[in-house]
Amino acid sequence: MKLSEIVRELEAVPLTDEDHLELEITRCAGSDLMSDVLARPTEGILLLTGLTSIQTVRTAKIAGVSAVVFVRGKTPPPETIELARTERLPVYASPLSLFVCCGRLHGRGLTGLDGRR
Amino acid sequence: MASVTKRFPLRARDFLHAGEASIQVQAFLKTMRLDPGLIRRIAICSYEAEMNAVIHGGNGELEMTLAEDRIVIEVRDEGAGIADIELAMQPGYSTADETAREMGFGAGMGLPNMKTHADELELASAPGRGTRARMIFRRRPPQEKTP
Ligand SMILES: Nc1ncnc2c1ncn2[C@@H]1O[C@H](COP(=O)(O)OP(=O)(O)O)[C@@H](O)[C@H]1O
Ligand SMILES: [Mg+2]
Repeated sequence: MKLSEIVRELEAVPLTDEDHLELEITRCAGSDLMSDVLARPTEGILLLTGLTSIQTVRTAKIAGVSAVVFVRGKTPPPETIELARTERLPVYASPLSLFVCCGRLHGRGLTGLDGRR
Repeated sequence: MASVTKRFPLRARDFLHAGEASIQVQAFLKTMRLDPGLIRRIAICSYEAEMNAVIHGGNGELEMTLAEDRIVIEVRDEGAGIADIELAMQPGYSTADETAREMGFGAGMGLPNMKTHADELELASAPGRGTRARMIFRRRPPQEKTP
């Protein structure tokens, strides 16, 4: 699924002006646990999370996560957005809950980390 | 190739900057064109160890050495140390506080994750003596030349 379609499906807004909308995503994880993101095969995935601290961006960078959507209408603090910009990590905010975000993307064919759905 | 060593200072409880050293290590290793899977393992271990020093430990230093056959990450801190290393290594064991949990850490998965992703993990610590985590990552042996 193209990142542009994901963003539309999740009614999300971009938090940086980076343009990565052509990016192809096939796997997705929903997690509020950064240790979990670091322990699993999260290379190239979309991460849905309610955690907006700057460590979410660093974790994504370290783990090779391709894009992050902050759920539940949370606005990250300025330092989080600033780091995402300098690290060129595409980040978005969705007003929907983690559950609804997962449901919508699952319905569109995205898989979990092990490729299952 | 001579080996390259880089050192980064770490500050206890500085959550705004925690992880910066590991991000820089990752960026450096990318410029050295190491295997992406190897870089990912190193970055993850480095970051987990760095976060541990900042969250649980004290002021310290992260040191990365790139040698011909290996990469070594050593994270040292002058914090309170670990009384029972075997217990600390248990998956799920954590003394993390609310601040760490709010950032998505404190599930007791850091040390086990470091053990999984490093070729070797050596953890040295004692109460009042700080902590040192040393991890070794072996590079693939160079291809043998065909005569
Ligand atoms: N550098 C350190 N200094 C003091 N204690 C540490 C250090 N690193 C780890 N520990 C102890 O080991 C426990 C387990 O660490 P870890 O597996 O990374 O889980 P977590 O960081 O989620 O608590 C920590 O909760 C802490 O009690
Ligand atoms: Mg930890």
